[in-house]
Amino acid sequence: MSTQLATPTGSAPAVPSGLGGGGRSGWGAGSIRPVLIILVLLLIAVGIRQPDFYDPPVLLAFLKRAAPLIILAAGQYFVIVAGDFDLSVGSLVTAEVVIAARLIDGDPAATWPVIVLLLGFGLLIGLVNGLVTTLLQVPSFITTLGMYLVLVGAVYTWTGGSPRGALSEEFRQFGRRGIDGVPVLGQLPYAVLVLAGVAVLAVLAMRSDFGKVLLAVGDNPRAARVTGARTARVRTIAFLASGLAAAVAAILLGGFGGVSFQVGQGLEFTAITAVVLGGVVLGGGRGSVAGAMLGALTLQTLLTLLNLLGVSGALSSAVQGLIILAAVAVGTLRRRT
Amino acid sequence: MSENALRTRLRLPQLDATNGVWPALAVALIIGGTLVALDGGSLFSESSMISLLQRAAGLGIVAVGQTIAILAGSLDLSVAYVISLTSLVAAETMAGSDGMVLPAILAVLAVSAAIGLLNGLLITKVRINAFIATLGVGLLIKGYLEQGYAGPAGSVPTSFQHLGYDRVGPIPLSFLLFAAVAAAVWFTLRSTRYGHHLIATGGDLDVARLSGVRTDLVLIRTHVICSLCAGIAGLYLASRLGAGAPRVGAEGGYDLESIAAVVLGGTVLAGGRGGVTGTVGGVLLLAVIDGVFNQLEVDSFFKQMVRGVVIVAAVAVYALRLRRTSDRRKAAVA
Repeated sequence: MSTQLATPTGSAPAVPSGLGGGGRSGWGAGSIRPVLIILVLLLIAVGIRQPDFYDPPVLLAFLKRAAPLIILAAGQYFVIVAGDFDLSVGSLVTAEVVIAARLIDGDPAATWPVIVLLLGFGLLIGLVNGLVTTLLQVPSFITTLGMYLVLVGAVYTWTGGSPRGALSEEFRQFGRRGIDGVPVLGQLPYAVLVLAGVAVLAVLAMRSDFGKVLLAVGDNPRAARVTGARTARVRTIAFLASGLAAAVAAILLGGFGGVSFQVGQGLEFTAITAVVLGGVVLGGGRGSVAGAMLGALTLQTLLTLLNLLGVSGALSSAVQGLIILAAVAVGTLRRRT
Repeated sequence: MSENALRTRLRLPQLDATNGVWPALAVALIIGGTLVALDGGSLFSESSMISLLQRAAGLGIVAVGQTIAILAGSLDLSVAYVISLTSLVAAETMAGSDGMVLPAILAVLAVSAAIGLLNGLLITKVRINAFIATLGVGLLIKGYLEQGYAGPAGSVPTSFQHLGYDRVGPIPLSFLLFAAVAAAVWFTLRSTRYGHHLIATGGDLDVARLSGVRTDLVLIRTHVICSLCAGIAGLYLASRLGAGAPRVGAEGGYDLESIAAVVLGGTVLAGGRGGVTGTVGGVLLLAVIDGVFNQLEVDSFFKQMVRGVVIVAAVAVYALRLRRTSDRRKAAVA
């Protein structure tokens, strides 16, 4: 049973979403047009405030900062479009970074084995989330909430209350460095390359049979099951994707900043917000992965703009809340007319 | 009708699954009590029972409000920030003076009702998904709190601290407040038209609306009551802390914890099934786990892991029972 946090829209989805992309054009649910317009407006505003924003190096630096959230949003998209939630990603990011610091402990030789381990750990958490949700039929909201508590508790218990160890420079390069000496661009950050790879894979996945079945499961689980779709399997794979995305995002975030318990705090809500901002409907069945990633980019642009305007960090969460409510409200009001 | 079918029909109330939390609570008390006794302490000593009940009170009041939001097929992620905000409203209005206690209580109720109204209107009239609407409102309050307050503010007169510290016999006053809130909401659900409409709305919104239930009104009222409960919890915490605290709600994790307590009590997250009594059991179960680990002086972080596992396991058992019951019904029909 998927958690239907009922949006009390009187009108049930009357128009079936196109199987391929969940309605890519128009204003309807799942459309990416509203988020594109907001993004363009925000980008214009940022450009006015900071004229050199469109210089390739500055733009790439911005994309680099946005990469972890966009990757998390892509992972969360797979889960949400199938009608589920993944509330464990924030704590998973924290766990990954803390584990990396403790295991690497400044030793460059440990970098690659630990990265493999981190990716494996992300997949493992996704697998547990998926199996508990599909086999034991626990609503994913509860499964991943439980996983969140377990991961936070486990990380604190394991480290005794404060993170230990240090990341190696080799580990940090994924978030910090890039390929130098690229013509025009200057430096091409690794994070942007990783982001591009994830984006291509995500779009390809949604165009494959897997993506079509995933949308069908989110749209109408019973119908999907009756037509022979392996609903449990695709939902589990969606959780695997979300866990893997969290691991990749954690590797990038580890390079950005220090090792702390706050690295992933609240990221699950930010990622879900980004996905919804991108026109994806909670409850499943509608919206495109491109929209979800654009939603994350929009959110990051908004935060950049607030920063440029000198809005203090404290107030920015209020503005963020306002924009989210406004954006989603506009989306739903347009849908009704 | 076969005997089997008859029995199935008589057992239908079990579908609520709210009963399951009480055996779990008994088991937790027995195992926990034994472990604590082996450790040389006592779970049932007066002081440990009092702190257990006190711990239950704050979360319990919020969870009762969350119960009806979830029963109505909605949910409220803004409660944690409402708690922080109302603790500040209470302490700053009182400002240490006895005469301002009543105005402060009224101000808290007004502020929390207004937030509930905003949540309800966003969900019903603007038709924003409850998850996003209450998350957005929560962010708004969070921004206001972070902008305006660096630390505790205001102060509560001694007369108001009685709420947080006094006892009636062995039972803390705060627990009685929790019991009163739970009883009021239980009665409302059971015996008023609004209560029945709420269950119908949570069960199937479209069917309820087509049957003449004014579902928008029901949802708005529900969110107002849910926020009021959070406001009452804010009052309790202000009296307990002696001041308003801008981060008390978020740090206590009241948003997700209250949802966990509700679900632990057997209320179905999708809405329409469950009740307040189960939530009371869920809150007590969480408090007992808390109390046992405190007595054993186990790492508080380990406690959180156990909590996570208990919540998921409980819901898995409910899901399993629900499936078995429906299988039996199918078999009986066939």
